[in-house]
Amino acid sequence: MTVRLKPTDVVIVGLGAAGGVAALPLARAGLDVIGLEAGEWLTPADFAPDEIRNNYRGWPQSVQKANQEVPTHRRNASAPYSPRPTVAPMMNAVGGTSVHYWAQSWRLNPWDFKVVSETTRRYGAGRIPTGSTVEDWPLTLEELEPYYDKVEYEVGVSGKAGNIGGRIDPAGNIFEGPRAREYPMPALHGTEFTQMMADAAKGLGLHAFPGPAAINSVAREGRAGCMYHGWCDRGGCHVSAKSSTNVSTIPKALATKRLRVTTGANVISIDVGKDGRVAGVTYLKGGETYVQPAAAVILASYVYENVRLLLLSKSRQFPKGLANNHGQVGRHYMSHAQFDGVTALFPEDINNWYGLPAQGVGVDNWADDNFDHAGRDFIGGTNMYVYSNRRPIAAASMGTFGKTARNWGSDWKKFVSTNADRTNTAYLQKTTLPYDQNVLDLDPVVKDPLGQPVIRITADYQDNEKRIGAFAQDKMIEWFKAAGAIAMDKSPVGTMGPTTHAYGGARMGDNPETNVVDRWGFCHEVHNLAIVGGSVMGTSGSRNPTLTAQALAWRTAQHLAENWKSRTA
Amino acid sequence: MADPGKPSRRDLFKGAALAGVAASGGAAAQAQPAPVRREALETLSATEADILDAFCARLIPSDETGPGAREARAAHYIDRSLAGALASSREAYRNGLGGLDVRARAMKGRAFAALADADQDQVLMALEKDDPAFFSLVRGHTLQGMFGDPYYGGNAGFVGWDMIGYPGIRLGVGQAQQAFEPHLTKVRMSAYDFPMFDRSGARIAEINPAPVDHQHMASGMGDPEHDR
Repeated sequence: MTVRLKPTDVVIVGLGAAGGVAALPLARAGLDVIGLEAGEWLTPADFAPDEIRNNYRGWPQSVQKANQEVPTHRRNASAPYSPRPTVAPMMNAVGGTSVHYWAQSWRLNPWDFKVVSETTRRYGAGRIPTGSTVEDWPLTLEELEPYYDKVEYEVGVSGKAGNIGGRIDPAGNIFEGPRAREYPMPALHGTEFTQMMADAAKGLGLHAFPGPAAINSVAREGRAGCMYHGWCDRGGCHVSAKSSTNVSTIPKALATKRLRVTTGANVISIDVGKDGRVAGVTYLKGGETYVQPAAAVILASYVYENVRLLLLSKSRQFPKGLANNHGQVGRHYMSHAQFDGVTALFPEDINNWYGLPAQGVGVDNWADDNFDHAGRDFIGGTNMYVYSNRRPIAAASMGTFGKTARNWGSDWKKFVSTNADRTNTAYLQKTTLPYDQNVLDLDPVVKDPLGQPVIRITADYQDNEKRIGAFAQDKMIEWFKAAGAIAMDKSPVGTMGPTTHAYGGARMGDNPETNVVDRWGFCHEVHNLAIVGGSVMGTSGSRNPTLTAQALAWRTAQHLAENWKSRTA
Repeated sequence: MADPGKPSRRDLFKGAALAGVAASGGAAAQAQPAPVRREALETLSATEADILDAFCARLIPSDETGPGAREARAAHYIDRSLAGALASSREAYRNGLGGLDVRARAMKGRAFAALADADQDQVLMALEKDDPAFFSLVRGHTLQGMFGDPYYGGNAGFVGWDMIGYPGIRLGVGQAQQAFEPHLTKVRMSAYDFPMFDRSGARIAEINPAPVDHQHMASGMGDPEHDR
């Protein structure tokens, strides 16, 4: 039986990093918001420092929706399926993947918003890679800055500003765009190892700075400061220092009494009225089917599930899927080239046993368009990032830099016994561009337990990404060498399987022929349906997406509150 | 819940502690390996368990570097996990361990567990070449059983953490404790020895089918440490 619920103002589908932020400005504006979340609440008692459970068994105690819908992948339209991961990288819970993410909270570089015009101006139009569908964003960093600022203060981000209103502070990232003011909290403190890396960077003429983190560096807003205990990577925070939305913006929204959270809600369609506008959503919970009418809907699940819900929500007005009459849903898909890292071996212990991925030192000299590309065969670049983080099983899983014949037995054991605390893997996040052939659609074969198709990723890194990757590894090797590393391993680029750094599929832009949502995040074809998250981003940047997704989510929600009548009329 | 025919979890842990103490006897223990009492098996047959224990013991041997996978009870970890979280690998172990014995008899004329160390190594090198998927499955689980939280039945006596010099779980770490020479005292506690963590969470992780067995994880999962 289907239960038809009382209409509400706004339904948010998914209360994760983006939806959990979007709820707050709406609730504060006095709108009645229902947040539908497939997962449940988790609490600090759930966040044990348990590597087997968190890192090797994929959080079996959480709701397993995303894990039953893992996208398939193939490198191109004629390639066979890649091996399918048994688990999605995303988490179902109130707070979503922000519960156990690394919490690196970057603003994009100004260049990321105008890749086409800036590349053309500086190097000529011929430097845009062949087949790329990249466009300038419909907004600039300056226009997004107030929302970055808002989110940094409301979510809670630690960091050191490098550019306040054009005044450069070398203690921060000198390459960042201008910001209105300092971060609300100082950066997480460094370690002797990160200081050694920062000194080595300086010796190479590079600029090193502490990375920004959505983690309290000091007690703030009733939450503790970071304990640096080392279980942040795929672990929730045992003292709620990590600014996951389930402990930051969602409780603030609940305090207004305007947000109601429904957990265990599996949204199966977004429903369209006779007028072609969104009328609400349909979800399953506890064996019942519910219809929740709403004046506006914000789709905030994740890049894959957002596209899937749109494509599954077919109607007379939208026979190819909701908001897809221009065939743009699923297009302009990107995922970060982030796996071709470099691992270094040092001659002495470096005490990386504690800390967290966000406790790191970054270098942006080779990122974005911060250096001259005139003599290069690519555009874009890499953020280079080194941090303190090590867990026992991962430590023992280290490579041996070709120094043992096998990765088992007495020689291997001796090597690992000596060197377990002497390695460090740099995190190299690189510009990825959208291409015509990199797309998401519905898999023709593979279904979820409800019998609905899962997402099929057809995507691979192209020459521009591979060239950046090789360049980035060379630069990282120089940096590690300068810090005294005695051996180094490069890992391969891999391919574009399901990832936490997915972008696109519902790109934001002024042109409805090439973009799903307008400059405010609302569908060109359905003006009371908004999409938030990495889905709408037209470029990846060379750094973690979450803060940008959150700033855009705040902006979209605020726009809805301020334009309520015209958006819902 | 209580099964009078089975040793209690507490008894098993006692056994683990004894094995750990014996193992930490150093050179003497190596010269005269302490007999490890046959423990309750939850999934594997006795024959399979013997093959697996011998396999694990060659992956991480007990040698001059210190105790190995046998003292850590890595095979016990795997046996228990196959009853719950890693049940999807049960068939792979049944086939793989049986196949290893067949291979041992073909190559060396005896059951795998009965072979000398050097012969076992040769058989395992052949297995690694011919069936890398099963080999890496066992290797990955052995690392979990050697270096994972002892709650799950491995890393007995914390021999894995001692081997790599892991200073142990702390709930708060000061800046001085992240220095190159932090002079830390070793903490040897399971996560679930800390009162704030809900043991039911670990119990669920133990008995529910794991959504992932990380050994099978493809690249691109947002965790470069694992994706190398």
